[in-house]
Amino acid sequence: MIDPINPRARRDAFGSKINRDHSALLAFGVPWLSIVLGSLTPLLPIIAPAPIVPPLAYMLLLAWRLMRPGLLPLWAGLPFGAFDDLFSGQPFGSGVLLFSLTLIGIELLDMRFPWRSFWQDWIIAIGLLAAYLVLAALVSGARVDGELYYALMPQFVLSIVMFPLVARIVSMLDRLRLLRVRRLA
Amino acid sequence: MAPPNIRGSSSNRKAQLSVFTGYLVAAAGAAIGAALLIISLWQPQAVAGLRTMVSDAAAPIGQAGASARTGGKSFFDAIAGYYRAGSKNAALEQEMQIARVKLAEAEALKRENLRLKATIGLSAGEAKPVALARLIGSTSSSARRFAYISAGTADGVKPEMAVVSPMGLVGRVLEAGGHSSRVMLLTDSESMVPVRRAKDDVVAFAEGRADGSLRLRLINLGINPIRKGDVFVTSGAGGLFRPNVAVAVADVVTKDGAIARVISNPAATDYVSIEPVWQPDAVRMLRVQPASGKVGP
Repeated sequence: MIDPINPRARRDAFGSKINRDHSALLAFGVPWLSIVLGSLTPLLPIIAPAPIVPPLAYMLLLAWRLMRPGLLPLWAGLPFGAFDDLFSGQPFGSGVLLFSLTLIGIELLDMRFPWRSFWQDWIIAIGLLAAYLVLAALVSGARVDGELYYALMPQFVLSIVMFPLVARIVSMLDRLRLLRVRRLA
Repeated sequence: MAPPNIRGSSSNRKAQLSVFTGYLVAAAGAAIGAALLIISLWQPQAVAGLRTMVSDAAAPIGQAGASARTGGKSFFDAIAGYYRAGSKNAALEQEMQIARVKLAEAEALKRENLRLKATIGLSAGEAKPVALARLIGSTSSSARRFAYISAGTADGVKPEMAVVSPMGLVGRVLEAGGHSSRVMLLTDSESMVPVRRAKDDVVAFAEGRADGSLRLRLINLGINPIRKGDVFVTSGAGGLFRPNVAVAVADVVTKDGAIARVISNPAATDYVSIEPVWQPDAVRMLRVQPASGKVGP
């Protein structure tokens, strides 16, 4: 008698490998949707007296870009930044500029250091977050003095600490993104 | 994960061109961003229409969140009431704080009455709120301090109206959309409110600071009369805010004034009322003056 085959043999973490394929909508929609939703954090019922909440859209963009190179096009900073500017309180254009520069910068970095571990990604993210927070504060139209940089410190530390969490959320979303849900006819 | 090897082959002309196009478009995006940034720093109202339209569309999300915040409070209070004596204590303390503010305001009103009696004919009626609204969100990750409220031009809200909570002044309306508006909070570094000490007539400006406190700058320099714990209320100068709305409590006395805490912490505020511009004529005059340049000293 032939042994029944293992029911998990033709499955992997993303579902059945027979007659199923990734859905293009999920595979490309999830990253875009998650970053756009990250831009809506100002609508959370958190009324902050000082800037403390990490720039979630930017961190999600960083996490997606560092984890999945080539998934987001190089020009994605333009639409993401424009949408972020509509809610973030920054003057319109600051997000467009900073998001675009970030994506170009990571692209150049990818050319130089193609293989990285998470620790290196984290260090890159820390550097980029520091630059982003300072530049965003500089162009925000707020009065620039020493106080401003003191006030940014809690937000910066919170962003650093939260980046692994955001990266973990992105990797969970990545698993959702690659689920084989499309039935092949 | 390593990047896909897009520039590996020198023979694949098409791949090379698409990489080149990608860089070109991205650089164009950055350039567009820089141009937009310069325009919106120069003309802050340039994209106000677009922004209010989008925030109108997204306001229901914020409102749902805000109502969950207020609804959830009572729900959790019902459960947690048994073992949360601390929060009740905090609530009582807050109540006492409101009472203290009201007392300071009453004192200010008493002085105001005295002054008005002295100059009969210059009385200002109590401002009637235009609308009541919820604070539905704030720019909690930007260096600027804006908040969104759930009332707009459909409710009669117009730019420059004062936003007041039961505890005191919150800010003023900057951009009004159909059903939501953007409010500049007191702690924004561009915000400046003329204030005076509640118990006498020491006048000062309250400017926002980046860390969420206010800097009080005395107008009459000299010996600094401010003591820690002094309550400051709006003076009514400039015509934007009606007088005697609580603004700040002096915390740290400095050389030319004080660092003060905002009395009406917007984080603890559910509902705010939007009050009309106190002296529209005065505000209009102030705005016309520098442009016409006719009024000499």
